[in-house]
Amino acid sequence: MQTFDLEAEGLRALNSSLHALKGATNMTAWEVINPKGAHAIAAGVDAPVDITVRGSTGYYCAGMNKQATIRIKGSAGPGVAENMMSGTVIIDGDASQYAGATGRGGLLVIKGNASSRCGISMKGIDIVVHGNIGHMSCFMAQSGTMVVLGDAGDALGDSLYEARLFVRGSVKSLGADCIEKEMRPEHLALLADLLKRGEADGKARPEEFKRYGSARKLYNFNIDNAEAY
Amino acid sequence: MCGIVGLFLKDKALEPQLGAMLTDMLITMTDRGPDSAGIAIYSGAGKGLAKITVQSSEPAKAFKDLDGDLAAALGQPVTILIKDSHAVIELPLAQMEAARSALSHLRPGIKVMSAGEAIEIFKEVGLPKDVAARFQVAKMGGTHGIGHTRMATESAVTTMGAHPFSTGSDQCLVHNGSLSNHNGVRRELKRQGMTFETENDTEVGAAFISHKLKTGETLGNALEATLTDLDGFFTFVVGTKNGFGVVRDPIACKPAVMAETDQYVAFGSEYRALVNLPGIETARVWEPEPATVYFWER
Repeated sequence: MQTFDLEAEGLRALNSSLHALKGATNMTAWEVINPKGAHAIAAGVDAPVDITVRGSTGYYCAGMNKQATIRIKGSAGPGVAENMMSGTVIIDGDASQYAGATGRGGLLVIKGNASSRCGISMKGIDIVVHGNIGHMSCFMAQSGTMVVLGDAGDALGDSLYEARLFVRGSVKSLGADCIEKEMRPEHLALLADLLKRGEADGKARPEEFKRYGSARKLYNFNIDNAEAY
Repeated sequence: MCGIVGLFLKDKALEPQLGAMLTDMLITMTDRGPDSAGIAIYSGAGKGLAKITVQSSEPAKAFKDLDGDLAAALGQPVTILIKDSHAVIELPLAQMEAARSALSHLRPGIKVMSAGEAIEIFKEVGLPKDVAARFQVAKMGGTHGIGHTRMATESAVTTMGAHPFSTGSDQCLVHNGSLSNHNGVRRELKRQGMTFETENDTEVGAAFISHKLKTGETLGNALEATLTDLDGFFTFVVGTKNGFGVVRDPIACKPAVMAETDQYVAFGSEYRALVNLPGIETARVWEPEPATVYFWER
């Protein structure tokens, strides 16, 4: 286990040590202490390592993550796991605005609540939120899956493309072109897998969720509207 | 950008440390706003007394014999505490308006930063650590306070453009964001008799709330009204003699984190600003909801 005291050694030293890890490494377990809300902790990691951050983080923690498993033993500031490519990010507390924004792959798990714009423009990432998500979540989400065990705020999935959204609680309002859809067996199987990987299988059952998706009226060219273009 | 910090103490034992705690929080927010900084500290004046905090770009000249001149004009004793470019004048509460009017004749060049029974505002251009040191904010005690680090967007980097803005007795406001309808709102408020020192958007936000309070609205209602009448981005933190309030616009893209324990309620633009507060590890920490008014009063 490599223990890194962020307060003593500084962010740049941490991130350059993590960026130096390429491919197979025997330094697979890292612990970051005294994060104290610092920005960009463990951003840009590209190695199959385990990193535990003991405390709360500021902007852009685990941004652009590839391969790594990053656990935050606290809450995360804005833009956590932004543009994640692969790997797993697990937050024990809450996440601020635009968690998982533009994420292309991997799994983001938020055990508390996520605030506004969670999964905005997601492009392949899977996000499991044990609590609630705020307004404008999944805005223009293109692909990937959002699972919310609690409630969703206003304008869920506005201008949605092909991301799949599952919400167990209430949805305050749906955004433009986002509609409720029927739950088919393949969706229940997808949910069961994500709940398990999202460490939520003891908390909720797939049958308790509703599925939301795109009505596909906004982003498809419609010949009847040709004059409006 | 801009950084905001705020602290409302519930535990009297912490009151002597208010200035030190706020200074530490303010300096942490330097990279959100290195242009200028300001702080409002609330601490009760003596019974029946008021405080007027004034600022001058030529303090040696402006503050010389100011106490004597003002006492002669009012026919009442006043005391003055000079802190760098600012001075805090303490005088009988009943004389506060007369003193403001006398000041404008006696020293036309000075600016009134704040007036009231509890408030003192210090603000200047420069790095937060330098501004806090100039006014020895860390040595000040008090019940609650608000600080701001500014990255200017809507108006020039000047002392008067720094936050907090005070547009009413014991009232102040700081802002992260930018208002887009401030010219229209300013015109309307001027018609209603409010006066303005700057072209700054935040001053309009402050005057809007002061005007509501003047018409008898509660702090909660005044904050609610910002959601319908002000257009733009804002996280506002406001102070009154007894209270401390927070409101964010419905889009809520300007960050905000709050923490509450039995000892205090704290506000920070980022969690970083709160990490050195006592008991933060076990505090209730949350992000204030958009379009939701929070306030605490004692």
